[in-house]
Amino acid sequence: MKKQLKGLVNSISYHVVLISISIFFMLPFYIMVVTSFKTQAECFVYPIKWLPDQWNLKAYYDIFKVIPFGKYFINTVFITGANVIGVVLTCPLAAYSLARLEWKGRDLLFFLTIAVMMIPYQVIMIPIFILFSKLKLVGTYWPLILPQYLGVPFFIFLLRQFFKGLPKDLEDAARIDGCSEFSIYSKVFLPLCRPAILTVAIFQLLNSWNDFTGPLIYLTKAKMYTLQIGLQQFKSVHITNWPPMMAASVLISLPIIILFFIAQKQFIEGVTFTGIKG
Amino acid sequence: MRQIRAGFFNKNKKEITGWLFAFPWLAGLITFYIYPLISSIFYSFTAFKGITPEKFNGIQNYIDLVHDGIFWISLKNTFVYTVLVVPASLIFGILLAIILNVKSEGQGIYRVITFIPTLVPVVAVSIIWQWLLNSQFGLVNYILYKIGLPGPPWFGSELWAKPSVALISLWTIGTTVLIYLAGLQDIPKDYYEAATIDGSSAFGKVIHITLPLLTPVIFFNIIMGIIAAVQQFTLPFVITNGQGIPANSMMFYSMLLYKNAFQYFKMGAANAMAWIMFVMIMILTLIVQYTSKKWVHYMGE
Repeated sequence: MKKQLKGLVNSISYHVVLISISIFFMLPFYIMVVTSFKTQAECFVYPIKWLPDQWNLKAYYDIFKVIPFGKYFINTVFITGANVIGVVLTCPLAAYSLARLEWKGRDLLFFLTIAVMMIPYQVIMIPIFILFSKLKLVGTYWPLILPQYLGVPFFIFLLRQFFKGLPKDLEDAARIDGCSEFSIYSKVFLPLCRPAILTVAIFQLLNSWNDFTGPLIYLTKAKMYTLQIGLQQFKSVHITNWPPMMAASVLISLPIIILFFIAQKQFIEGVTFTGIKG
Repeated sequence: MRQIRAGFFNKNKKEITGWLFAFPWLAGLITFYIYPLISSIFYSFTAFKGITPEKFNGIQNYIDLVHDGIFWISLKNTFVYTVLVVPASLIFGILLAIILNVKSEGQGIYRVITFIPTLVPVVAVSIIWQWLLNSQFGLVNYILYKIGLPGPPWFGSELWAKPSVALISLWTIGTTVLIYLAGLQDIPKDYYEAATIDGSSAFGKVIHITLPLLTPVIFFNIIMGIIAAVQQFTLPFVITNGQGIPANSMMFYSMLLYKNAFQYFKMGAANAMAWIMFVMIMILTLIVQYTSKKWVHYMGE
């Protein structure tokens, strides 16, 4: 009886601790959503109102009036989509070559792939900008898309580890059946590697959707802005106009959060991989 | 003979296929990593303005930086921020991971709740927290007032601006926690069972089993934390609209680097800053690496 009671107390205190931690992580979301339905005046009421008097959608109309939100949304989807296709096309190809094909220079290339992962972005940022500027591509989407089509070292590393773990019998069997190297890759290994590719795709999607620095450096025309840049501009002008800013924050966070609930497993696996093998 | 030739051909074929498969990445490696890395060193020794042809300038950029007051301010800001945020995330991250690792009802939901803030784009994060940390009508100071504590001015003061950014970083600690959780799961259960038989308390188990066996992951997270803190750019940039206000207290190193490069078009100076940053990261990493021999334990050693 005494033991049972102790167990109950333990369990309750455990949940109390976790609920308070959860409040720290969730309350900002609650504030974001609630404020987006408030009027401008209600935001400044003190003490804080936990619910708006009336749930109104004015803030959501307002963002569309002030910035071309729909246009920015399409721009962001375009860049993100193009990036995801790029990494999915190139990274497994390179990873397969590093994991399963034998050729001179392979070990050197693998070494360099790991080495360049350690370069801070700031070091290479300016020469790459100058390169694109000499090619007259600053102000276009090319600088934000092209690099992904030539491979991302971390993804190549991740996929290589995955390819390495697959049994050799697979390729031998296919080779005896007369498969070409490319069809061994595309018909045997690529399908097996689908979960890892999905992880890479989701990571790239998240990176592109949330990217701030890239568009900040390369996009010069307002009609080409992404959501992140558009919102930053909107924010710097309307710093006190909280409801529309909160509404915009809801709209740019929502797609990613929905995606997380669809593909939770891939998110978690990708993150834990970073820690264990990094 | 025919077999030998076939073997040779096959070997060659593999060689060529390997090259072909790796070719796009090889081109990417050279164009977007190796070439920029080398030319970045070169640019750091030039008075390059982005428009006029580069002019060799020796170590003048580095000398100018040493004599530039704002350079030292940004360096100090980033250092203070790093010293604040790395230990704070270490302690908070490990505690959170240990709590989330206890088998219990709702464990999955709590883990998801912890992770979700990491998905929010930085611009949205900055909007939400600028409201929460507003000194007049923000929620945090309201709560502090309710429990009888004076609310600091947060982003409004030079003293509190960097702790404010560090606090926001703790809100987006989910990735770090997830890595600690993965590390915790690798600790064999028998260790704990043996400790229970020996009469060890829960606290004793954390000190004598969990923490020592978690040290490789702690080591990894400290290094990643330092790299991220030294490079911190987006949060202070978005919060202050690139101004670094108040009184340059939010002028982080990467922000000054960005401004030098793309607002003042001092590309040479910005590259010099980037190399100083690279060297700093290397030194900090080496220091951690060096001390790690004393405190990182690998299983089976």
